[in-house]
This record gives sequence, structure tokens and C-alpha cells, in this order.
Amino acid sequence: MGLLSKKDAKLITDPLADNNPITIQVLGICSALAVTAELKPSIVMAISVMFVLAMGSTVISLIRNIIPSKIRIIVQLVIAAALVIIVDQILKAFAYELSKQLSVFVGLIITNCIIMGRFEAFALANGPWKSFLDGIGNSAGYGIILIIVGFFRELLGSGSLLGYKVLGDAIEKTGVYAYGYENNGFMLLAPMALITIGIIIWVQRSRNTSLIEHN
Amino acid sequence: MAKNLESNTYTVLFASGMVIIVGALLAFVASSLQEKITENKRIEKQQNILYALGVNENDETSVEFVSKDIVGAEFSKYITKQLVISGTEAVEDPNAYLIDIKKEATEAKNPNYKRRLPLFVGEKDGVTLYIVPVRGKGLWDAIWGYIALDDQLVVQGVYFDHQGETPGLGSNIKERFFMDDFKGEHILDGDTFKGINAAKGNADPKNLDKMDFEVDAIAGATITGTGLSAMLKKDLAMYIPYLKTLKQ
Repeated sequence: MGLLSKKDAKLITDPLADNNPITIQVLGICSALAVTAELKPSIVMAISVMFVLAMGSTVISLIRNIIPSKIRIIVQLVIAAALVIIVDQILKAFAYELSKQLSVFVGLIITNCIIMGRFEAFALANGPWKSFLDGIGNSAGYGIILIIVGFFRELLGSGSLLGYKVLGDAIEKTGVYAYGYENNGFMLLAPMALITIGIIIWVQRSRNTSLIEHN
Repeated sequence: MAKNLESNTYTVLFASGMVIIVGALLAFVASSLQEKITENKRIEKQQNILYALGVNENDETSVEFVSKDIVGAEFSKYITKQLVISGTEAVEDPNAYLIDIKKEATEAKNPNYKRRLPLFVGEKDGVTLYIVPVRGKGLWDAIWGYIALDDQLVVQGVYFDHQGETPGLGSNIKERFFMDDFKGEHILDGDTFKGINAAKGNADPKNLDKMDFEVDAIAGATITGTGLSAMLKKDLAMYIPYLKTLKQ
């Protein structure tokens, strides 16, 4: 990466794997369980969070020296909330069905621990460019897990990807269904999302044993 | 400067300034997207009405509306008449579906206001159905729906939706397993209006008895269910005088 210094690049790559907000810091789990029954809402949610976190971090960082520390949490909330409302309105205008599907979860981006966490821990102490990269990195780390979970849940649960029936038609018994394959409806329920995330955590820690906590 | 930052005056000024800037920004975004959002809502309404009529693209378990590219044409094809009801009288109004039910309900608190009650007459497979819009309160926010009745006042299809019921609990009112239970239910006991209750401890969980004025409630969604029953009772009742004139 010629464009970014090594330190800056680390801000993006770290949260993707070794400091992933979901699998390592275990933040933002609720939305990861709720919206990942299909791939499409997972992707939209990932993009929305990326917009809110990157923009929010930059804005917070720009005004970090003039925020009265007494009300800094409220300021963070207001900025996150304003960005969330903008995302919500844009979705309602240009992707209405999707916004119905995401329903309350768009509004709940504001309660996503990753957002307030990065504002408080990073953006308040670092410059705007670094904060922007940190926002992109953390939301990408969040998004990548969402997309992995959404991919497997939609594939195994509904036999489709982004709505396309990639495994054949379950009712007319074409494709793999002709050989007796059945969709696993359980994948569509929230408990399986938790188990899928659990498996991702397991795979990640068995590949990189330094991540395992020792008490 | 550092000392200044912590003073009360500065804090108040900062908070006020922030609120004004953020407020102006949001007002600008909301008003510039308003038109598109209203249009989306209009299309959705047409889709919902057609869904209750049975015009949809459902497969076994999904809830699929007709696509929004053809919904306008389908709507004018299947919805033969749009009426505005008052008492036993009905006046035709080709844009009755644009009537804002929420606004009408609020206005109706004024005793001099004559509430406009929209009713949609649709025809599918040779059967004429009367689609009644209803609106009420769930646990967190508004719930609403469309009930399709035949001329014997038997439910032939419903669509329910909600603003912000709990996902996985109250939000299940818009799932097939709940909505399909309403098909075939009667709302009149002889000549008396009974409505339909989302009942717990229902003696008829398989919903074989269509004359019990009950469907099986959703576990964990008591208040949403109660609100839904109340909504059906209150809003359908306003249409009963007119609907009874159809039932000969």
C-alpha cells in the first residue's frame, strides 16, 4: 500500500482479523444476529455502519478539541444519531423494501457498541485522517463477519444467494434438491447465527493461537 | 482556552450550536427526500391492498408482493371500485386509497368532523371482495392492516404490518403462519358483530373452527395481539352497517 504509511495501513488491517470488533472484542453482536438471515441486508447493514462510523469518526475527530468534555458522550450520540437518520432516510427513498426489511435495525445502528466505542476510544484522541481509517477498518471488520454469516445462513437456510436460487429449486426438485438435499430452516433463526459466529471465532483462534486468552 | 472549554456558558453555547446545525441538516435531508418516500409509501399501500385480495407472489411460506413495476397496472385491474363509506351510504372516489387513515382517526375526535372511511372493492377469480383498512396500536408503535371480506362477511385474506414491534415476537403479525389463520374466519355471529380475537389458551390451536371468532395468538406477543384484536373490533365495526347491506 503505497498510499498509506505502514501505521495507517495497520489501522485498517488490524480490525479485519486480529482485532476484529465482533470475533475478538465481541461488540455489535446483536445486529450481527438479527440482520444476517440473508446476504443482502447483511451487505446493506455493513455499508450503513461503515458510512456512520467513518463519517462520525472524522467529524468527532475534527471537533475533538472544542468538545466540552462534560457533554462529550451526548455530542457523540447526537452525531451518530444524525448520521443514522440520514442513512435511514436515504434507504427509505432509494431502497424502500430493504429499509422495511432492516426495520428497526437501522435505527439501532446508534446503539451499536462499535460506534460509540471507536468514537470514545479513538476519534477523540487522534486526527481526522487516522480516525477515518480507523472507522473504515472497524466497520469493515464488522461487515466482513456479517457478510460471512449472511452468506452461510442464506445458502444453507434458503438455498439462495442474494435471492438467486443457486442450489436449484426446492419445490420443483431441481439442482441438488433432486438428490434429496433439503434446506435447513434452522439456519434462518437467530440461534444459528450465534453458532455460526462461534464457529468463526473457533476457526480464527485455532489458526492464530496467540488470540486465545489464558486465565 | 482549556479553562474556557469547561465553563458552563461555553457548554450551553456549544450544545445549542450543535443542535441548530444538526437540526438544519436533518431538516434539509428530510425535505429533499420527502417526495420519493411518499411515492414509495403509495406503492406499498397498493401492494398491501392487493396482497389482502390474494394478488401476490407468495410461495409456500414467504410474503411476496407483486413487483412495484407492475403494481399500478395490477391495482387498476383488480380493484374495480374505491368507495368512501358513511353509515350505510357509499360514494365512489377513485383515489380513496390515498386517504390517510391515521389523520382521519385523529380528526374524528372532533364531533363535527365527518370521518371518511375508505373501502376497496376488488374482484379476483370472479369473486367480489371488500377490503377494509384498519389501524391500531401494538406494543411499541402503530400497527395496521387490510382485511378482505366476501359479501357474507367472511375473511378471505388479510395483511398486517407494524411500525416497530419486537423482531421475532410482535413482528410476527406479518408472517404467513399468523395471517393465514384468519382466512375463513367469520366476524358476525348471526347478526351481531364479534370481530376476531388473537386468543391465548385457544381451545382450537389448529384453527379448524372458523366460527369461534378466534385465532391462535403469538407466544411472547401478548400486547401486540391484544392491540390487534382491539384494532379489528374497533375499525371493522365502523364498516359493519354498510357491509351488512351487502349481505342479503
